[in-house]
Formats: sequence, C-alpha cells, structure tokens
Amino acid sequence: MTQTHRLAGGQIDRSRTLRFSFDGLPYLGHPGDTLASALLANGVRLMGRSFKYHRPRGPLSAGSEEPNALVELRGGARREPNTRATVVELFDGLEAASQNRWPSLRLDALAINDRLSSFFAAGFYYKTFMWPAAFWEKVYEPLIRHAAGLGSLSGAEDPDSYDKGFRHCDLLVIGAGPAGLMAALTAGRAGARVILADEDFRMGGRLNAETFAVGGMAGADWAAAAVAELGALPNVRLMTRTTVFGAFDDGIFGALERVSDHLPEPLPGRPRQTLWRIYARRAILAAGATERPIAFENNDRPGIMLAGSLRAYANRWGVAAGSRVAIFTNNADGLRSAIDLQAAGVEVAAVIDARPDAPPDAPPLPGIRHLRGAEVIDSAGRLGLRAVTLRHANGRTEVLRVDALGVSGGWNPNVNITSHHGSRPVWDPAIAAFVPGAGGPRGLVAAGAAAGALSTHGALAGGQAAALAVLGDLGLGARAEALPEAEDAPVSIVPKWHVGDGRGRAWIDQQNDVTVKDVVLAHQENFTSAEHLKRYTTLGMATDQGKTGNVIGLAVMAELTGRTIAETGTTVYRPPYTPVALGALAGRSRGPEFKPVRRTPSHVWAAEQGAVFVEVGMWLRTQWVPRPGETHWRESVDREVLATRRSVGICDVTTLGKIDIQGTDAGAFLDRIYCNTFSTLPIGKCRYGLMLREDGMVFDDGTTARMGEHEFVMTTTTANAVTVFRHLEYCRQVLWPEMDVQIISTTEAWAQFSVAGPNARRLLARIVDQDISDAAFPYMAAGEVTIGGLRARLFRISFSGEEGYEIAVPARYGDALIRRLMAEGRDFDAVVYGTEALGVMRVEKGHVAGNEINGQSSALNMGLGRMVSRKKDAIGVVLSQREGMVDPGGYRLVGVRPVDPAGRLVAGSHLLEQGAAAVIANDLGWLTSKVFSPHLGSDIALAYLRGGEGRIGQRLRAVNLLARPATETLVEITSPHFLDPEGERLRG
Amino acid sequence: MIIPHPLLGPRDAQEFVYLGDASLMNRPDGMTAGIEAFHDWLYQRDNPAGIHRELWYHEQGDRSWLVVTRNTLTHEILGAELARDVARAMGRTK
Amino acid sequence: MRYSGLRVIAEALTGHKGWKPVWRDPAPQPDYDIVIVGGGGHGLATAYYLAKEFGQKRIAVLEKGWLGSGNVGRNTTIIRSNYLLDGNEPFYEFSLRLWEGLEQDFNYNAMVSQRGIINLIHTDAQRDAFTRRGNAMILNGADAELLDQAQVRAMYPFLNFDNARFPIKGALMQRRGGTVRHDAVAWGYARGADSRGVDLIQNCEVTGMRIAGGRILGLETTRGFIGARKVGVAVAGSSSRVMAHAGLRLPIESHALQAFVSEGLKPFIDGVMTFGAGHFYVSQSDKGGLVFGGDIDGYNSYAARGNLPVIEDVAEGGMALMPAIGRARLLRIWGGIMDMSMDGSPIIDRTPVEGLYFNGGWCYGGFKATPASGWCFAHLLARDEPHPTARAYRFDRFLRGLMIDEKGQGAQPNLH
Repeated sequence: MTQTHRLAGGQIDRSRTLRFSFDGLPYLGHPGDTLASALLANGVRLMGRSFKYHRPRGPLSAGSEEPNALVELRGGARREPNTRATVVELFDGLEAASQNRWPSLRLDALAINDRLSSFFAAGFYYKTFMWPAAFWEKVYEPLIRHAAGLGSLSGAEDPDSYDKGFRHCDLLVIGAGPAGLMAALTAGRAGARVILADEDFRMGGRLNAETFAVGGMAGADWAAAAVAELGALPNVRLMTRTTVFGAFDDGIFGALERVSDHLPEPLPGRPRQTLWRIYARRAILAAGATERPIAFENNDRPGIMLAGSLRAYANRWGVAAGSRVAIFTNNADGLRSAIDLQAAGVEVAAVIDARPDAPPDAPPLPGIRHLRGAEVIDSAGRLGLRAVTLRHANGRTEVLRVDALGVSGGWNPNVNITSHHGSRPVWDPAIAAFVPGAGGPRGLVAAGAAAGALSTHGALAGGQAAALAVLGDLGLGARAEALPEAEDAPVSIVPKWHVGDGRGRAWIDQQNDVTVKDVVLAHQENFTSAEHLKRYTTLGMATDQGKTGNVIGLAVMAELTGRTIAETGTTVYRPPYTPVALGALAGRSRGPEFKPVRRTPSHVWAAEQGAVFVEVGMWLRTQWVPRPGETHWRESVDREVLATRRSVGICDVTTLGKIDIQGTDAGAFLDRIYCNTFSTLPIGKCRYGLMLREDGMVFDDGTTARMGEHEFVMTTTTANAVTVFRHLEYCRQVLWPEMDVQIISTTEAWAQFSVAGPNARRLLARIVDQDISDAAFPYMAAGEVTIGGLRARLFRISFSGEEGYEIAVPARYGDALIRRLMAEGRDFDAVVYGTEALGVMRVEKGHVAGNEINGQSSALNMGLGRMVSRKKDAIGVVLSQREGMVDPGGYRLVGVRPVDPAGRLVAGSHLLEQGAAAVIANDLGWLTSKVFSPHLGSDIALAYLRGGEGRIGQRLRAVNLLARPATETLVEITSPHFLDPEGERLRG
Repeated sequence: MIIPHPLLGPRDAQEFVYLGDASLMNRPDGMTAGIEAFHDWLYQRDNPAGIHRELWYHEQGDRSWLVVTRNTLTHEILGAELARDVARAMGRTK
Repeated sequence: MRYSGLRVIAEALTGHKGWKPVWRDPAPQPDYDIVIVGGGGHGLATAYYLAKEFGQKRIAVLEKGWLGSGNVGRNTTIIRSNYLLDGNEPFYEFSLRLWEGLEQDFNYNAMVSQRGIINLIHTDAQRDAFTRRGNAMILNGADAELLDQAQVRAMYPFLNFDNARFPIKGALMQRRGGTVRHDAVAWGYARGADSRGVDLIQNCEVTGMRIAGGRILGLETTRGFIGARKVGVAVAGSSSRVMAHAGLRLPIESHALQAFVSEGLKPFIDGVMTFGAGHFYVSQSDKGGLVFGGDIDGYNSYAARGNLPVIEDVAEGGMALMPAIGRARLLRIWGGIMDMSMDGSPIIDRTPVEGLYFNGGWCYGGFKATPASGWCFAHLLARDEPHPTARAYRFDRFLRGLMIDEKGQGAQPNLH
C-alpha cells in the first residue's frame, strides 16, 4: 500500500489499480485520479520547481489554473513538456518527470537563485549585462537562455495525428457545472440543438468537488443524473475533455477535444486531439470561478494550496493533501474546506480567518479553532510545508505545525472568454472580483459563477435564466421549471490580498516568481499601469496566464497608488483559455500533406520514365527525365534541349491557366484586360498578350486565341492561373458589368502538350485528323481539330523558339495522348523535355517568365513597351505613364554572356562597370535568369540593366558577393534574343 | 466571420478572398482621366474605424464579387450585396 | 540615474530603495516646440533623438494609453536588414547599426541579440531572388550569406528536410539579424527622453487638430488644448484616424496581424527563421517561448484580434517546417493593428499642412525600424529635410511612380 494519503469516498474506481511513475519511481492510483491527485495520495507533494528561483513546488490547485505542478508527461517522441499534473487523467503505465531542475527535483543546483533572489528583482536584467557589448550574445544571454524555459521538447517528430472538424448548434454551453448543466437541460428539453462542452473528463464542475446537496441528492449524483438525461436527448451533444479556448467572430468558437490523452497512446486510426470549430447561434459561458490565494511570506511551499482545491482532493479523489491541515481564508467559503476535511477524517488545526468580524461560525465549525482577525505571516519546510506562523488579532504570533494549508482569498469568475473581443471586465465589490463587462462576443452571455453568482442556487438559476433568454431569442418556447433546491449562502468576504508590508517575499505569480516585493518595485519605478506592471514584472505571463495571480497583483498596485482596483484596470485576457498543442491547430496539414499536390495528366507516364519532378506552386511538374547513364542533371537537360532543337520535344504544359471567354463583348473586354489589342484578332488566330496591373506593372502574359466571333481561349502563366481568373471576374462583375462576357476556368479540363522542333508538324500530322500543313495552319493559327475523332484544340505557338504547337485534349485523354505522341515520335527520336529544358530554351529566345515578371517590372522594363496601346482604355495603361516608370535610364531587359565562354554566371549576381567599386551607388542591375545554353556552349543570362538598350555591346562585371570567396565574371551585354532573333525557326 | 451571401445564405469568410474598399468600383475612365485621378482612386483610402463597404470574392463558391458592409471596429457584418448589382445601380449599364 | 551591474548589486544589498521612477508623469504644458503624437516605439525614439541628437527643447509625446502600447508592445521582436530595394535597404541597415549600439547609447538593456536570421529557400527561383537580394545587401554594406541545405541542416537539424511537401534547399542568412526585448525598447527610449526633459504624457488622446491658414497650431486632446510649433504623428495602426483630423487621406489601410507565443521551453531554436513555402516566422525568446507569426488576417480591421483560419494557417506552417513542435502548446495569441501601405513600405514625410509631419505605413516591419524611424523622423522634424536613408519614403512616390514594392504585389495593401 503506497497510497498513504488516500481517504474513503471520492469518485475514483477503487476496483482497478493503475501503475504509474514519476521521476522513475513507481506509484499506484485509480481510474478517476489525476496525476496530481494520485501523487498526493502517495504522499508526493513536491512536483516541480519555479521558473526563476527554482523554488520547490507542489500543486496549488486541482484544475487547469495550475501554475506549479508542471511535468514532462510521457517519454520518447511523445514527451509533452509543461503538462499540468492537475488535469492529467491517470492511465495505466503513465510516465511523468519533473522539469526545469538539475540534477534532481529534490536537489536542484539552480535553487541557488533563490538565495540570490535580491539580485534578481523585477526587471534587473534591463539594468545590467550591457558591458562589454559583445558579451550579451556570447556570455550573458546563453546563460540566461540555458537557465530559462520550463520543459523540453523531444526534438523528434510528433508521432500522433490530429484532426479538425466543424460542429454547429443553436446553443453552445461552455462548462458543465451547475450553471452549464441547468442551461443545457433547459435548452435541451425545449428542443434546441445544444452542445455542452467541459474541459474535465467528468462533467459536473464544482459539484464533483463539493458535499452540497442539489435537489435532495448529493451534488455529484444530481450532476450525473443531469448528464444522463442530456445524453439521452438526440438534440444534445456532450463533449467531455473539450476545452472551448477562444471566441471568434460571428459565434465561431475554437474547442480542443483531448480524444486520446487519457490513454497511453491513441487507438489505431484515432487522433490524439481534435480541433473543433463550433458554429453556435448563441453561447452561454458557464465556466465557473477560480479561487485565488492570499499572498504571505513563503506562501509557495508544497502543501500550501487553494482551500477549495484541498477539499476537492478530499471530496472528489479521496485524498488528504496533508495529515494535519489549517485553513487561511478571508471569506466564508474557506470554512467549508475545514468542515469537509474534518468530515473526511483529516485533522484541522485551525481556521485562520482574516475577517475580524466573521459571522459566528457560519457555516458551523464543530470543534475547530476559528481564529478571527488572524493571518498567516510565514511558513516553514524546505521541500514541503512543516509549519505556518500566524499572527492573532491581538498581535501574538503562534507557530502551527501543519503539513498542509488551504488558502482562500475569494473566487474570481472565469470571465476570460468574455474579454476575447476586447471587452474589459468590471469590478464587483460585493464579491471582490471582476465580472464580465459589456461588449463581449456577440451572442455570448455568462451565467452562474462565471457571471459572479457564486452560490449553487445562483448557478442553477443563472444557467436557467440564460438558457430561457436564448430560447426566446431563437424563437423556441420554453417555460421555467422549478429549480432543484440548493445552497444559496452569501459571499461573506473581506478583501485581503497580501499579508505584511511587502518586504518579505510573498508570491503572487508562483510560476514566474513574482512577489509583492516586485510589485512594490514596479510602483517605485513608475510602472504603475496594469500593462506596465505585467510586462515589467512578468506577472500573469506564465503558462497559467495569471488565473490565480493577476487580480492580487492589481490589488497590490491599487493599494500602492491609492487608486481603486477598478481604476488600476485589468489586462485583457487573450485566447487560448488554456494552452493548445500546435499539432492540433495544424491538424493533418503537415509533412507531405502540408498543401495539396496537383499532378499533370502525364505524371504517371513521366514517373514510369523515371522523371524528376519539381514543385511549381501546388503542381508537380517534370523537371527533366534522366536516361540510363546520365549522371548529372545537366546531361539530361542539355540532351532534351538539343533533341528538341534538332528534331522534336514534348512538354506537358497543362499547368498553364486556361480560361474560356465568351460573349458579344468578349473582344472589347480583352482590349481592356490586355495592354495590347485583341478585338482585331482574326478568328482562328492567336496572339501574345500582356496583362498589366492597375499600377502599370506587368501582371501576367500568355497567348489568347480567337476561336469564334465571340469566343476566346486565354492562357495564363502557371503561377497566376487563379489570380488572373479572379481578376477577370472582378473586371467583369465590378468594373464593367455592362459588358456581355462570360468566363470559365478550364485549366483542369484540358490536358495540353507543347510539341516543338523542326519535326513537330510531321509528328502531329500523324495523329491529327485535319490538314495542318504550313498553308492550312500557319504560324499563330488556332483551331479545333480531332485526333482519331476525339475533339482537341491546336495552337501554333512557341515558347522555345522552334516551330511549335500546343495541343489540348480533354484531361482524361492526357495520358493516352502522351503515350501516343511518344509512340509516334519514336521515328523522330522525340524526347520529353521538362521545366529545366523549357527554361533553357525560353532564355535562349529571350522570353520573360517568373523571374522577370516579378511584380516590380513594367512592360517598358521588359522591352515590351510598344505593346502598351494608348488608343484604348486598358488596365494599367494610365499609371504606367508615371515619370518614375518611363525613366529612360531605368531597367531594361538585356542578354548577358560571359566574355570567356567557359565563364560561369550565377542568377542574382549584380552588374557593375569594370573597375567600379562594389557599392550600391555603382549597382547597374542584376541577372534575373541564368541557364547553360548547349546551343551556344556557354552560360547565358537575362538581366535587368539600367539604361540597358544603350549598353548592348558593353562589357561589365557580373559579381556574386555571396560566393565564398566572392566571384566576378566579365560579361558582354547582348540582345536578350540569343537564338534566331528573326524567328525563322518559328515559321518552319 | 460569416458573410450573408445574397444568393447562397450565410457562408464562412474563409471561402472568400478580400480585395478592399468598395470605392475601388469607381474606376476612372482611362481615356479621359489622368494620372492624378487614377492615383487618388487606386492609392488613397478613407480607412475608417467603423462602417466600411468592401469587396469580397467568393472564390471557393459561386465566384460572385460582393460588396460587404462591415464594422472594422467590431467585425460585425451588416449586409452583403452582389457587386454587379451595386455597380449597375451606380449607372454601369449598357 | 545610471544603470549598471554594480548599481544592481548595490541596490540588491540595500533593499532596492534607491531605484527612481523611469519617467515622470508631467502635466501637459500649454505649448511645446515639437509635439509627437504616439508614445509607441517610433514616437518615443523620435523624442529621444530630437532631444539627444538634434538639440531640440520643449518636446512632448502624447500617448492615448500607456507608454509602449503601440505595436512596440505587441510584435515578434525581430530585427534585420535583409531588404532588397534601394529605397529600403540603406534605411534598415542604418536601423540595424543603431540597434547594435542602442543599449550603451540609452543605458538600458533591451537584449539586442544578434543570433542570426535565415530565410529558407525551397525553389530555384527563390534562390535566384535571394541571391539578388543578398548581393544588394552586401552592396549596401550589410552582411548576407547564402547557405546550402547541409549548412541549414547543421544549424537546425530538426527542420523537416526529408519528408516535406516543399523541400528546404538552402537559406539566405543575415548573422547580424536577431531579436530584441520589445517592451524594453519603449522603456529605454522613454527613460532616455524623460531624462532629457521630454514630457511623456500618458492617457492623452488627440481628438482634433487646430489648423489655420494651412499651418498647424496645436492639438485638441482629452487633456485640453496643447499648442505646438511642429507636430509629428507616429501612430502606426491608427494613422488614418489621426490624420483625418487634418482632413488628410492616406495610402494606408489598417489590418490586424496576429502573433503567437508558446509555453516556455528549454532552448530549441537559436536564431530567427522564416519559412519560404508558407507565411511563418519564428524565434525563441530568452524566456523560452516560441514567438511566431504569419499573415495578416487580410481584411481591414481596427479590432486588434483575428480569427481561427489564420491561426490554423500559421500552425500549419510551423508544423510543416518543424514537425517536433506538435506537442508544444500555444500559450497566447494577440493582435496588433498594422498600417498597411500601398507598396508595403513606410512613409516619413511632410504633409500639405505646414508644421505637420507624418511617420507611418510600417506594415509588418515597424519594430525593426524603430531606431532609424525615430532618428529619421527627428531629422525631418528638426531640419525640415529628409534623412539621406529615408529620402524614398515620400507620400508622392505613388503619384510619381516610384513605389518601393519589395514583394511586387502592387497597390493591394493586404498582400504586402
């Protein structure tokens, strides 16, 4: 029997025993335990170390507000740092380890910081470590970084999966305590679609931790009955282990369901966690309240915890956190802890009641010392509480030997989500706490303790009233049924935030080690606003986001400044309510599934040939297709280029955007879209078009064919297929709705192949049913054809500079077409060429592509200024005439060749005059694209060069200062058309 | 956010692409207006803190461009119209 | 009072009694020579340099909330000068050089930490563009290195090199890039300005501008009228609202940018990293939190918060890049309002109202610009001519076709 601190009762399943370990030592617990309750049951209360001073710490709480008991849960790649022991559901085989300590939890070297704490006052680091300047990165910061942080990541890929889903409801109820259950019952019975979500693995909220009766039965039983009724309603969905962590616009809530965290590992096919986007017409925040401590000297020792948590461990988990306990309270609720603990068989040494005029034993404290007007001023015990020192109302001090102390400074409504849209909580002096302010998320109301109604009756009534109001809003009738009977004790509280004069160390933010002293210092240095206090002292910035500490810090600052707490203000709570695993927010979008993959119609065929693929946006395109014996990519690419220029090459260009444009105004519409003219294009012809943005920069280019009087087929670049289509819809619907134009994207509908080279026509003639002789189908012709009866589109266009065609068939015939083309092409030694060879050939021809159409370049920059027609109104024409864009000395597209053909060029190199120093004032431009031209036998490049046209024939330096050592190559500036500038090859 | 699409009912804003202020509908005539008019139209914004009429495109939907009226302080959406209807009401008809 | 390690030790031994307020809380004077609107990083830096470097007196900073409550109080703390364009790079390099001496200059440890920044490369076209950029940086006197995949792997072995949708092919690195403790920047400048006699006036919101004969006379505020010979507005996020008091429209939209921090973790990421195949950037704070961000939400907003789609998108980018962070938890999300300008670059310029000057349009990049922005704005206010590194940041660049469009996105602010 290791569970030395186990009491009778509680909602644990004693018929089963679970084995688990903490820091390598084995322990036993039961289903229903949390890691914290099970460790306490085993007499373990030292569970962690604080962030700055490495003070020994045990759990402060029994819930998600926990600042201290953080552990690394699980091992290997499943290690989860900073996991709150207070919410970890115990499972058989659980492994946990303490963190942020070395060499061990009991003996932590950095506990030296605690001895040196006066040197580590709030913000000390802003005032030192400045000399010598170079020491920050080399000495000081590495030490700080090494010491900082809490738990560690495993460094390995998270082996678990995460899901995402959507859920919809009329009413989302957040929290399944008395208010939430009553709200869900009221709305569920009325037929509303209800989702009831609770972060705990057992619904019932505080009712599980109390001995109150509800409706004549134990509160936990009433909760269980309510849950059972709700579970039977088809319109109600119960979501346990689900934290609603944030309110977003229009009733959309983020919720995290811990699907498998209570298991050693997820069951096969199941995610670890699921991120739910819950779309709710209305929401009720019934998140309850969180108890806060009172700060006194050394109030952070293991064994000192919130009074309500102390009794929760006894009532819900049958665990005595100590064998002799005392309670320190400033409100009536603290007395309940004393009563419950005594009833559970724990010796209660005293109730130290800060209220001088506490009402006579309400509730009654049978046989327990009730010390009115007394306060705890110190504690003792290195790794766990041994004694507290108290000061009686008459000033006499007394040392009380206890091993646990429950502290209650009152309860803070859990208003967090109400302030996610910027609403600030307001101060309610009746309960000495912040309650939700006006202007919270639309459609969300708080009810029960979250709204400041701190009795069980108040919670039930609040939940019911809120649900009735929602039902009325939604037009669902319901009547108020009689509420179950429950306690309605008043909140008898006398605010007490801290004990002492601020000279000793009294903890406010236990995780970050912020003490009353730090607040005093912040005040002294005029960091008095709530935000300055937070940021200067780090109050409330720990993993618990200050759920137990923030209000105390504000109250201390209010005392110091003489302002009220309301005037001192509050920091706004931000999502998430409790921390959310990044894996859950990412879901399945990781690794190879980060983004969808688009494959071309020839992908399977290309893969069979051993093609190398490359990511082009979402697409995978063939980059090159190595042949046996080729060991370097350049061998393959050079071969593809030379074979194409010698005979015929085929390239899958399906990824280009394809848009059908129809309507009686289609030609006029294109005149406005392109800076050049299309309305004059004859039927059966295509033309290169240049599209500008309204700011005059080139947006996109491509060829567009006129298939009929009112029918055009546009092609766009791969990169801009989506944005061009969006732009066309914008122009059509928003700018010129008077035009008769219809458009549809056919990018996915057609498989399209470029067939280029001197034998392109001969190859195509074998498969196309129609006459495509040069006379019948001349350069820039376009039209419908058939391939063995299958409809197809043929365009005589070229990007490679060879006689070229693009042939399109319905997408599902793409695979058949590539196989047919390659089979027929065998006689011509046809090759497939990939994006690399495509790039080589387009640079040889001086065609612009993505590296030149970079969004920063105009038609003039590209040498295409003459395409911009001033005879019509087209997008971008007016602003392309601005002075800065027509500068004769501006960038122009040129060709670049190394003077020595063996010289190497690097894209991105900058161009300088010979002899000019490598400084920005001498910068003339840069190489945009560079390829090796097998045709010319040297590297060649395109470049944007200042005053480019005037420099053709000049010799400049292409420098790459990034190379180690920096390189420079003497280059000659040429026309960008390296090959066949007259275009004789094109015309065949 | 949820956009009340005039044809399709409430749709998640995730389905849409945002462009900006609906004043972008008032494009000057390129044959008559000069650089200054185009500059003011394209670059200058009221950028109000409050009610804002703005253009959204239902890209993962029916491809409608909408004029959405929304409060930039609260994100509350007050209505949505087809941009084409708005443009036509402004006189953009044949 | 001067801060130093010795002083910290002395105070520790005497109960910290001697620490003085970092700034006064003066009542506003009836008038000043120069009033800066906005007590964020840029406004405070402007006041500091006006007093320290430009010999100006009778200066006030008006802040509607608390000092440092601008975007200096909510950002991802990155500093770098890895810009491409001539209009930008000299300015950001000037800023980085100011960062390098800042702490000794204002005697406050803002934890300027040059642990390096890498921009990951995933395609050949990206490598070409980064090569161009890196060369431009070096030509401008900045530092840049191009790393291959092996070098990146040696630095960050836990990145997804082997099973990624978009493989990592290398990176552009700037070793002098890094992070700074953002609040400390505001406090250091505030302390330095206050000690030189600048009145820092908190909880003082500008409600109107008094302008006569085309000249600014002063400001109506929630604390009464405050006269001023010159007014400098540095309120990025609220620029349009404040400048509307002068009847001016700006080439700026306000957008919400969410930023994120995880729970504290033992050291995992040393420097700063940006993912080139999704919009995601990350560093780890000295306290241990992963600090990261992504895109703006994309629609005009003054609400200082965003929505789930961007949160998910950012997490997806993070997980795609670093599959080991799946079990790290997101601790806090916050939203800041960005001045998104029409070309993605800022404005530091005079306005048509004589005596009224403007500083804004910082888009994502305001924090790293803080020292140079303050210096250059002070230069403009004191001398009535632009600082050499900020000459391109003019209002009329859009009219004249001299945009500084780093991303090449054109006149659509939400794409920058």
